[in-house]
Amino acid sequence: MAELTYLQAISDGLRTEMRRDKRVFLIGEDVGVYGGAFKVSAGFQEEFGPWRVIDAPLAETAIVGGATGAAMMGLRPVAEMQFADFISCAWDHLVTIAAKQRWRAGTPVPIVVRLPSGGGFSGGPFHSQNPESSFAHIPGLKCVCPATPEDAKGLLISAIEDPNPVLYFEHKHLYRRIKAEVPEERYTTPLGKARTHREGSDISVITWGAMVYTAEEAAQQLDADGVSVEVIDLRTVMPWDKPAVLESARKTSKVLVLHEDTRTGGFGAEIAATIAEEAFEDLDAPVKRIAAPDTPVPFSPALEKAFIPQVEDVVAGLRELAEY
Amino acid sequence: MARVEARASLAKADLQDVLREMLLIRRFEEKVEERFRAGELPGFLHVAIGQEACAVGVCRALEDGDVIASTHRAHGHTLAKGTHPNELMAELYGKQEGCSHGYGGSMHLYDIERGNLGANAVIGGGLPQITGAALAFQLRGEPRVAVAFFGDGATNIGTFHEALNLAQLWKVPAVFVLEDNKWAESTPESQHSPIRDLSERAKAFGMKTMKADGQDVEAVYKTARKALDHARGGDGPVFVHLDTVRFSGHYIGDPQVYRDKDEARELRETRDPVELLRAKIELSDSDFSELDTEVTEIVEAALEFAKNGTDPAPEDALKNVYA
Repeated sequence: MAELTYLQAISDGLRTEMRRDKRVFLIGEDVGVYGGAFKVSAGFQEEFGPWRVIDAPLAETAIVGGATGAAMMGLRPVAEMQFADFISCAWDHLVTIAAKQRWRAGTPVPIVVRLPSGGGFSGGPFHSQNPESSFAHIPGLKCVCPATPEDAKGLLISAIEDPNPVLYFEHKHLYRRIKAEVPEERYTTPLGKARTHREGSDISVITWGAMVYTAEEAAQQLDADGVSVEVIDLRTVMPWDKPAVLESARKTSKVLVLHEDTRTGGFGAEIAATIAEEAFEDLDAPVKRIAAPDTPVPFSPALEKAFIPQVEDVVAGLRELAEY
Repeated sequence: MARVEARASLAKADLQDVLREMLLIRRFEEKVEERFRAGELPGFLHVAIGQEACAVGVCRALEDGDVIASTHRAHGHTLAKGTHPNELMAELYGKQEGCSHGYGGSMHLYDIERGNLGANAVIGGGLPQITGAALAFQLRGEPRVAVAFFGDGATNIGTFHEALNLAQLWKVPAVFVLEDNKWAESTPESQHSPIRDLSERAKAFGMKTMKADGQDVEAVYKTARKALDHARGGDGPVFVHLDTVRFSGHYIGDPQVYRDKDEARELRETRDPVELLRAKIELSDSDFSELDTEVTEIVEAALEFAKNGTDPAPEDALKNVYA
């Protein structure tokens, strides 16, 4: 086992698959000579050459549309959006073509779109979003949101192996901040299986991505109150591990759903509704949601802090639930 | 994959077969219009009556293994690429026996086995995939070409520019076939483009361009052949500009209030690709009539096949979302 940052684990997963499977290639803006805006593919072009690590023009539609065509012809493209926000330029190809191809024509589209997402460093409204719920809503797309280095590698390999279009949301605020042991060999982490980040018995927090760590810190503070908080890391938002969520909800009888995406229509709403439908009788309190407010992501550090759910917000929410 | 002998032009016997194929597409689409107006066909449909020479001329020039991406006006391309009229008609009727098993309909016709990556109801939607498919051929060193069909209206959309730019940058084996019928739905070219020669747009990317009269199937074939050879030979993509005519409205039932009726009639009289070829090969009335009877029977059989097709089961709607 080597200790890797979240970013290094993504690189490791990608490199592993590119070495193993010649069909896999990377395409994106500045991914080649520059090594990617965040250096995920640093050194890749030297190893794999310019036709497997392709520096594309600033043209997201052509990147995703081209990847789709290449995938239909049997390749396994990994397309990097420099920032997840830029995916809106490729919406049509992803949502109209790639997502529906298997259903309407029988041909799978094994593409992975890597999406550096999330805020926390004043990227402002066009460089900080978490648009996973928009895509989770589209039948035919899968959405992956790793929180740990180990999952970052294993989920990326699973995403590349998967015959469907997979959106891989890599949280920018975790890139260098989070470091942990990652197996050196190749392994896969299944899509659709949640992970218990922290066991507890009084309240469940259902979350994913960078919010796993916010939940963890809040849970530690609740320990002092004598309240035991369980943290479930969904790992993948589509498919999502409904049985694991319901099991945890039934165990603790109180649930807080936490995400960095905005509140209305966020994926937390789907989770809350499902718990209300299927575990209502097991609940001792209404399901609580903590999410970003329904605004764009602000630039100013003071404003951004107010926007992204903070540890103290989660602590307050957990205390409310504990007292209910 | 089998590679057919490269032929620069069509022999006389081939031309009669080409006429037969164009006539089949014509009669097929006329039947589709008739059944739509009779209220039998669901959805909305776009016919390419008048543009048959583009589909047939280009598809005849292809080799096994070459792929195409079509448009919302896809019946001709689909038939010319080898899909059986039965399967096509069944699709228009939403039947399980259809080429897209009832999931697609007229605007989403597919036949991956025959190299048809699909009709695309989003204007310009097929172009980036063709660049990507051609990239795959190039990366694997396969002697295959990917061909995109699109209309003049599509040259204004971003995908057109992004796809051509990348194709030329990478020198991939792609051919971009502009079927220039001078109409973007109801908007004439003079109102949707500031330039009159749309090939200029491809030239701006440094792409090789070729032109042909889209009503002369022989000219289309020869030009397509040259373009395909160029692309297949590793010399980069080609933009083929076909000057064509849409005799019908944008969709079936379009009252065409935007179009001068005399001009449309005159175009039909002077630029019908079927009539032009028939005159060129000097086919007698009786031979033509025999040909017509033959293709009409095929269309009638396709109609029968489609009407007797199976409606997909409601639960089929839930299938195939994920591979």
